[in-house]
Amino acid sequence: MQFIWDWFRWLYQTTGINLTIFYDSFDRHRFTDGFLMTLKLSLICIVLSVLIGVVGAWLQGSKLRVTRHVLHWYIQFFRNTPPLVQLYFFYFGVGSLLRSSLGTGNQPLVSNVTWAIISLSFFAGAFNVEIFRSGVEAVPKTTLEAAESLGFSRLRAYALIVLPLAFRISLPALNNNLVNLVKTTTLAYAIAVPEMLYVSSQIWSDELNVPVMMNVLLVCYFGLVGVLVYVMHRWERAIKVPGFGA
Amino acid sequence: MPDSDARPIVSIRDMHKSFGHVEVLKGISMDVPKGGVVCIIGPSGSGKSTLLRCINALVPIDSGSIRVANFDVHSLTTDKERLALRREVSIVFQQYNLFPHKTALENVMMAPIYVLKEPRDEVRARAIALLKKVGLAAKQDAYPGELSGGQQQRVAIARSLAMRPEVMLFDEVTAALDPETVKEVLNTIRELAAEGMTCMLVTHEMRFARELADTVYFTDGGVIVESGPPAVLFDQPKADRTRAFLSQIL
Repeated sequence: MQFIWDWFRWLYQTTGINLTIFYDSFDRHRFTDGFLMTLKLSLICIVLSVLIGVVGAWLQGSKLRVTRHVLHWYIQFFRNTPPLVQLYFFYFGVGSLLRSSLGTGNQPLVSNVTWAIISLSFFAGAFNVEIFRSGVEAVPKTTLEAAESLGFSRLRAYALIVLPLAFRISLPALNNNLVNLVKTTTLAYAIAVPEMLYVSSQIWSDELNVPVMMNVLLVCYFGLVGVLVYVMHRWERAIKVPGFGA
Repeated sequence: MPDSDARPIVSIRDMHKSFGHVEVLKGISMDVPKGGVVCIIGPSGSGKSTLLRCINALVPIDSGSIRVANFDVHSLTTDKERLALRREVSIVFQQYNLFPHKTALENVMMAPIYVLKEPRDEVRARAIALLKKVGLAAKQDAYPGELSGGQQQRVAIARSLAMRPEVMLFDEVTAALDPETVKEVLNTIRELAAEGMTCMLVTHEMRFARELADTVYFTDGGVIVESGPPAVLFDQPKADRTRAFLSQIL
């Protein structure tokens, strides 16, 4: 590996392109950690937000008005407010409220990383509920009726028939939202979550290599989102059913 | 042939059903003996499909009674009770309503496995036999989207039969099919009737009704205008309304 690092040092000395994240082991480590943090935030939030979407879309068909109202306002709140404000709301608002009401002093109960995960998952989850709802609504009522007439319970019909169909219909819209989610993880910067943007800004403050680090960031996010889109498209093709959804 | 001495397997008394302010069924009464084949004919909007849906508890009724086998359909309240009923009565729809993400074989297997909780191997063998019976053994791995309308409808019939029902309801099952494929579906139903399955059909296939039915009911405006053996109802209808309807379509 050493010769690679040496090459980047040589690159800096001959061209002035200062990629300390390769040849400087301290920068290398913090950038790697930042990259992994972004990856972790993305993956956990993708899973949680999809779960919220699935459960939410199911609850939207609930017979209880209270449930539907709570869900409605949840979606309104998270869709109609900026995600950065939501992060602040959770971290500074709810976070400090928890601290003072439970009297834990300065010791936060919930770490900034956890708040970022909660906030971003709810944010993307609100959109996912709507995305899955449109998918569920696109499944013909008659298909559900057929399931019902064969004795399927509502939950079982939802899990085995409606959801798999709705999922296929929803995938393109879901792709967009998940791409957005990965990019929105950069907002966690604002509450000092050491993700990729945060560590990059630390690095360029120390090394004064702002343009270089900007390019590194662009390339990294481009690659990250590229992989996500590729995987989602592969998945879309893999579960495609002949004669369904054209 | 129907066993007319025994207690009817389906018995409906003065059944009423409204959707909002519109009363769709205004006091329907009929008896279907076990093994009987009943055809319900009549103009569109006369409540024929609603009648079948009521029998399967897909639509709750307002008043009157429906009795199927040992179930008082009008007083079923829980999903569990409805499930028990639906093991006895199965319905086939005009639009097939197969599960598009499952193959023909999986469509047939799903309900016995997940609803009746029967062992997979057993269900699979039975499903293959049923597909063979409806003439689709070669298509077991095809998805609904790859099948013609008539083939899909036959899979739908096999799917219903997999629940081993006592009564089969057919709701205009050939209405969405082209004339050539109508025949293959009707043949399937014909075989079922010959095996002694109790069948209730809402249909516009008058020749089929005449050939197959023990009793034909003519409904209009939410009431049964006239009923009787096909030879009587088709050749010597008593009511003017029946005559007018038959003269338009025959």
